[in-house]
Amino acid sequence: MTVFRKLVAAEFRTALREPLYLFFTVIFPVVLIGILGAVPSFREPSDDLGGLRVIDVYAGIVIALSIGMMGLQGMPTVLATYREKGILRRLATTPVKPVALLGAQLTAALITVLVSGVLVFAFAGTVYGVPMPESPVAFVLAVVLATLGVFSIGLVIAALAPSGKAANSIGLLLFFPLMFFAGLWAPRQVMPEVLRRVSDYTPLGAGERLMHEAMTGHWPNLLSVTVLLGYLLVFGAVAAKYFRWE
Amino acid sequence: MAVIEVKNLSKRYGETLAVRDVSFAVEPGEIFGILGPNGAGKTTTVECVAGLRTPDSGRITVLGHAPRDRALRAQVGVQLQESELQEKLTVREVLELYSAFYPDPADWRKLAGDLGLTEKLRTTFGKLSGGQKQRLSIALALIGNPRIAILDELTTGLDPQARRDTWDLISGFRDRGVTLVLVTHFMEEAERLCDRIAVIDRGEVVALDTPAGLVEQTSSQDQKIRFRPSAPISDELLSAPPEVTRISRQGDRIEVSGTGNLLHAVTSVLAVNGIVAVELRLEQATLDDAFVRLTGRASEESPS
Repeated sequence: MTVFRKLVAAEFRTALREPLYLFFTVIFPVVLIGILGAVPSFREPSDDLGGLRVIDVYAGIVIALSIGMMGLQGMPTVLATYREKGILRRLATTPVKPVALLGAQLTAALITVLVSGVLVFAFAGTVYGVPMPESPVAFVLAVVLATLGVFSIGLVIAALAPSGKAANSIGLLLFFPLMFFAGLWAPRQVMPEVLRRVSDYTPLGAGERLMHEAMTGHWPNLLSVTVLLGYLLVFGAVAAKYFRWE
Repeated sequence: MAVIEVKNLSKRYGETLAVRDVSFAVEPGEIFGILGPNGAGKTTTVECVAGLRTPDSGRITVLGHAPRDRALRAQVGVQLQESELQEKLTVREVLELYSAFYPDPADWRKLAGDLGLTEKLRTTFGKLSGGQKQRLSIALALIGNPRIAILDELTTGLDPQARRDTWDLISGFRDRGVTLVLVTHFMEEAERLCDRIAVIDRGEVVALDTPAGLVEQTSSQDQKIRFRPSAPISDELLSAPPEVTRISRQGDRIEVSGTGNLLHAVTSVLAVNGIVAVELRLEQATLDDAFVRLTGRASEESPS
């Protein structure tokens, strides 16, 4: 366990020394909330959003953004680079299993997402009066499920990409459509019915739906939970099958 | 009992047979060299021993285990060619992290000192020079206090001083009973460090002996002595000892070829005749010569 903790700590150290990486995963979601909240009409309750304000809805969306950036860009790039540089191979010659490094990377990413989420709510709550989720447990569950679903897709990217650069490009290609369905450009509530249906089956769309529902005190709906667990199982299995250590 | 036993190892990559029927045994406490030209199959061979590659055929045991046995990981240290570390971790962080992997690690501060890395402990891996990265890589192979260390191209990229320091360090580990397998194409390194050497060429072991044995085995050509006599001396006098086989002259310089204790024979003749040999040079066959004969190729570092 000490070894695993040290590996996680090493992942954090590396991440903290990449200012850009830290900015996009932790600071950027908060900045985005800050900018959106500066628009007066976004602070007015809206009938389209079931009485919520745009800024309330975006609290969940920017957390989805953080998950998307970690899971589709940060983590796959880091893991593919580790393989490319022979770090996983070197680890295979030590008593530590390379899978421990994978686990450490996932753990560090998950913690980063959670920290980002806490910062978003702390900031949005203090500055714009965004309420805490009415079902905090359901909200955390939504974040964890969405993270697991997106991360398993990220693992498949890391497994199949021949290099760190390739992983980054593939991740970027997936990032924009998945963020679209999470409602980054237009919240799910204002999407046309067809798009919302599609969104229900995308990992960040399903994750955002769960977060949104938790905001208004609903328990997780079965469809979204099933969709996210499905991503975890299917993509997790593909990643396990195709992940190469060298 | 041998600590590493390789029997009839073969490994193929696609159409290429990288290693063909390689067999050798490494005895406890020795430095075993694997010498050969680039692409001869040296790295493939040791990577099979290190459990990183699966042989197509043949049998390998390391300390009585199959190479992939996880129990070996704490007992076998490996330094790989071209394997990097996390760019943003400092030397100190890497050493601390890797020593945490092992049940009975070496003192990383001492290891860093021995490898001349103490000044660089706060430097991140990405900012190290090639030689410093190499030295860190060697440190990581030894950090777990292994019983066996496999070192692939130990001193490639090191400057002459660092190379000599590394050789001392490796000798020190041998003196403490560590068995070392050294892949190299540096003749001087093999000659200085190795107790025995397997010469691998085109995937096959072409010779296996001590460095001196290899030289002897392959040297058809004898030693040569070159000197300038302080006074003229005739060929008859010089060729009297049975060790002398040939004499040639170039201006006032004489080159005497022969076998056995040639130097003693020639200097005795000179002494009896009251002649001093000026600018005396003794030329013996080297491991380099042996290598060229065995592989039909010049070693990569030979100046010619």
